[in-house]
Order: sequence, then C-alpha cells, then structure tokens
Amino acid sequence: MKTPFAALALLAVLGTPALAQDLPQPVKARQGQFNIMALNLGVLGGMARGTVEYDAEAAQAAADSLVAVSSLSQGAMWPDGTDDGSIAGTRAKADIWGNMDDFTSKWADFGEAATAMAAAAGTGRDALGPNMGALGNACKACHDTYRAPE
Amino acid sequence: MRSFLKLLVLAAIVGAGIGLWVTAPNRVDAARFDGLTGDAARGETVFTAAGCASCHHAKGSEDKLLLTGGMEFVSDFGTFYAPNISPHPEAGIGGWSFEDFANAVTRGVSPEGQHYYPAFPYTAYTKMQDQDLSDLWAYMQTLDPSDVASKPHDVGFPFNIRRSVGGWKFLFMSDDYVIEAADNERGRYLVETLAHCAECHTPRNPLGALDKARWMGGAPNPSGSGTIPALTPDKLDWSAADVAYYLESGFTPSFDAVGGHMAEVVENFAALPAEDREAVAAYIKALPPLDE
Repeated sequence: MKTPFAALALLAVLGTPALAQDLPQPVKARQGQFNIMALNLGVLGGMARGTVEYDAEAAQAAADSLVAVSSLSQGAMWPDGTDDGSIAGTRAKADIWGNMDDFTSKWADFGEAATAMAAAAGTGRDALGPNMGALGNACKACHDTYRAPE
Repeated sequence: MRSFLKLLVLAAIVGAGIGLWVTAPNRVDAARFDGLTGDAARGETVFTAAGCASCHHAKGSEDKLLLTGGMEFVSDFGTFYAPNISPHPEAGIGGWSFEDFANAVTRGVSPEGQHYYPAFPYTAYTKMQDQDLSDLWAYMQTLDPSDVASKPHDVGFPFNIRRSVGGWKFLFMSDDYVIEAADNERGRYLVETLAHCAECHTPRNPLGALDKARWMGGAPNPSGSGTIPALTPDKLDWSAADVAYYLESGFTPSFDAVGGHMAEVVENFAALPAEDREAVAAYIKALPPLDE
C-alpha cells in the first residue's frame, strides 16, 4: 500500500513540471510572441491611460517591437495537431486550421494596426489612445473567433 | 369515505386553480405607458447597453444590426436559439405593438401569451425604465428587416411545456435589485438590468436560476468549456480604472486582450459614454466579497 502511494506522490512531484514544459516548441514560440505583444502594449497602454508618464522614445520602441512581432512568419508556429482539442496548454481553437485564410488576414490586420501605431507613437501622448483602440479591435476580432475561453 | 373523496376532488380543483393562476402569463398594464414617446436616438444607447445585437445578430455575420437570430445557447435543459427580432412583419417582430414588446422584454411573455424561456434575460430587463423601453422600441423599428425564420428551440420533456416556465418565474423572477447602491444607481441599472452581467458571471441553481447568494461569483461557461470569471473583490484585484479601461479597450491590466462572448460585451461598452463605464466599474468594486 505504501509503495503505490509513494510512487504516486513521486509522479505528482515529477509530473507537474514535466507537463508544463511538454508544450511543443511551435506552441511555446507562438505564446512567446503574444507575451512580447502584451508587454509592449502594456508600455503604450500605460502611457495612453496616464498611469505612466509619456516618453516618446520608449513609446516608439514599444510600437516598433509590435511591428517586429507582426512581421514574424507565422507558418512554423501553427502546425497541425496543436489545437486545444489535441493538446493541453493551448487555447487555439481547431477553427484556425479550418479557416487559415481568415486567420492569416486577421493577423495581417494586427500588422496594419501596429504599423499605424509606430507611425504615431513618437508624436505625442494623444496619438496613443486611438491607436490602442485599433490594436485592441485587431486582438478582439481574432480572439472572438479563434481563442477558447479560459 | 364519500366526504373524503369530495374533499380530495375539491383540493385537486383548488390545487389546479392555484397552479393555473401561478403559471399564467403576467402581463404589463398598458396604461402605464400612456403619454410616452420613444426617441430612437436615445434608444440606440439602450440597445447597445442591453447587448441586444450581441445575441440576436446572425452568427458569423459582420452586420451586427441585422437581427436575424440563430445564435445557439446550450444549457442543461436543451439548446435555445436566439430568434429573429428584426422589424420584419412575419419573420421578426414588425407586426408587434409596443405593448407586445413591453410584455416580451419585461415579462417574458409573447404576444400569444406564451412564456419565453429565460435564456432571454427578461429577468434582468424586468427592471427596465419605461422611457428606456419606449426609446428602445423606437430604435429597433429603424433597423433593417430580415426574412429568415426563427429556429425552434431544441428542448426536451418536461421543459418543452412552456407553462412550466410560469412556475419557474413564480419562484425566481423578481424586480428587486440584488445590491444596495444608493450612490451609484446608474452603475447598478447598467449591471443588473441592461447589460445583464449576472446572467454569465453568477452561478445557477439546479433549476437554472441565478444563485443570488453567490452574486457575480463566477460560473461555468455555458458554452461548456472553461469558466466565466468571478467579479467579487476576493477574486478580482483590478482597480476601478482597470475595469473601466477593460470595458473601453478590451485590455486586461496585464494587456491580454478580451476574447469569447465578452469581446461583444466590450464592443458595446466601448460605444457607451465614459461615465457609464466608470459607473459599472464602481459597482463592480463595491461588490461584497464571497467567503469560501
């Protein structure tokens, strides 16, 4: 009785971190790019809301980073079999793979919004709000359709 | 023995009478609307705050103002489909009177006197102000008609007996507010009445009614996957400004972006005045914590 319990406990200890690291590399890569997006949106959003003081250089750097993320090739990050029905640890709905053209076009919409932000971010705080709105809409449009709830 | 039988028959008749009385549709008194004139421009704000289009636009359609219906709502009692509420005279509600509309929205009763299922959030709308109702009706008549027929609900026995919904209403429908909010009536009106936030953010009892003791305590997602987050202060540590900014931009404090049905809700709130978002945020921040 003692042995299976100990084995189970050991499995629980060893198993948990193993699971978290078991995500396929493409999934880790795409989640990483979304984290970079969120980090830089946070810089711009903080300035737009006025919780952080406006700094033209930092705003420009954040906007440029968003454009850089939008230019990353997405192909390798979304291989078949990495939807939320196939693996744990992702909220990517299988609909993505059934509507790849629409998914790609929504990603391109984010790129457009990021480019517009980069053109305006260094010109002053007032330019940030409307561009944050456009970026938010691009995020929403895709999440609305292709990301499963938590 | 004979008198006992008589008594039993009498009890049955009285019981059935009470049952019929309890489950009968409870209609509005039309006189209360005398002298009201609807203002379509104001009605657009009511329409947005009440989130009508979020459920009644055709699934997948970009035109959110064509109220074709068809979106499905899966529940333990069956699957409900949002009906066509465009002003089409046959397929939609174009043939209705304002009184019909008021009975539908605030009482959950159809023009034919049938109970609607509470997937339609009339349990929240029942507290809608008369002027708002009138403005909303004026606005909805300005929208384009859709000739697509409403899809019948897919609900099994015994829930397919509409009369039983009358008993449900008797037990659970109330026009009392849940939270005391003397200093923030607008916020409470938006949250508890128009935007019907509790419909998803509050758990339900086995009969599908909101568990008001666990108000805004979070609940399983009706879509079947994941959960709807709790808004109570023991779970949600956002500031009021965070909540207001989320409702405007769809960004969480860590700049994750809104998804799922909440994206539609944010779209509506983004179109409302900033004071309305602030009022909602103030209401959320004033919620009592739930002890677990």
